Parts: sequence; C-alpha cells; structure tokens
Amino acid sequence: MPKMNLSHFEAAFLFALFTSVVLGVVTKKTDRDRLHYGVYTFVCFLVALFGIGWAMYLGHG
Amino acid sequence: MAKEKEQKEPMPPIGAWAPAVAVGWLVPGGGHFLLKKPGRGALLFASVASMFVCGLMMQGAMFQPQNGDLLTTLINTGGFIGDMCSGIFFLLSQWFGYNQPDMAGHVHDYGTKFLVTAGLLNVLAMVDAYEIAAGRKD
Repeated sequence: MPKMNLSHFEAAFLFALFTSVVLGVVTKKTDRDRLHYGVYTFVCFLVALFGIGWAMYLGHG
Repeated sequence: MAKEKEQKEPMPPIGAWAPAVAVGWLVPGGGHFLLKKPGRGALLFASVASMFVCGLMMQGAMFQPQNGDLLTTLINTGGFIGDMCSGIFFLLSQWFGYNQPDMAGHVHDYGTKFLVTAGLLNVLAMVDAYEIAAGRKD
C-alpha cells in the first residue's frame, strides 16, 4: 500500500470533499437540491477550516 | 408533534428494506444500486471507498474493542463499530492482515479518523437506502 503524507490542510480538504458528497446525496430529495447542499456543506467546511485555523494561529500568539 | 407523526407511520415489512440495507453495508452504495439508483450509489461508493483508501494510505489505526474506564470503552468500541460499518473494505483490510499500530503524528491521526468516518458515511448511505426502500423517499 503506497503511503500518503498530507498536510493538515490537504487532509482536511479531502475529508470535507468526501463528506460533502455523501451529505449532499443522502440529505435532499432532488438532484438540484443535492448539488446545492453538497456545495453548501463543502463551503461551510472550508470556512470552518480557515476560521478555526486563523483562530488557533492568532490565539497562539 | 414529531412523535405523533412517527407513530402514524407503520413500520414497513422487513423484506422490503433489509436486502437494500444489508447490501448497502457490505458494498457502500450497493443498496442504491439494488434500488435502481445507480448515480447516487456510484457517488456514495466513490466517496466511502476514497475515504477508506486514503485512511489506509495515511496508515491510520483500526480500533479494537477494549474494556477499561468508560471513555476508553466508548472510544474504542465506538471506533470499532465505525470501522466495521465500512463493510467489504473493513473485511478486506482484516483478511489481508492490515494491522497498523496507533502512532503519534498528524497524518496517522487523520488516517484513523478517515477510516472511522468512511464507516459513518456508509451508515448514512444505509439509512438513505432504508428510507428509499420503505417508500419514505424517492
């Protein structure tokens, strides 16, 4: 099995991508709503990723 | 109000949904294929498989059920159940002897979380397959 060495950002990005796809597929009832919800959750993940990242950076001093 | 609504909906017969849920556990997205929803099934399969394979490539650890204090039992047993929910991917990794010890490092840690999350995403897929099979969702 090849090894994968990712940064925090890359790992969190992949996590957000796969999770958003599944949440989009299982949550809504029409394809249009599924796409919107998947994109929405992905953007939310990224906003949280950058927000919490900056908060930790600034909080750390 | 929600309880009243739940009580009004009768439980569908087990034969209507059990095959879809069982196939959905074994092969992520398989329940959707069985229910003639191949597009959604393919997306679910791709997402769960990618998440699991990334977890393996990051050398994440598989949880083993452990007894001890409440938190230890909860984390390890819950983690083991989460790993197991990946179906065929979990079984294959066990059969091929994947046995990565829990190591320090953010990549291993992400890998462990990826492996558990793949199983939890498959639980969502199984619930979706149940709702479709039971006629509660298109």
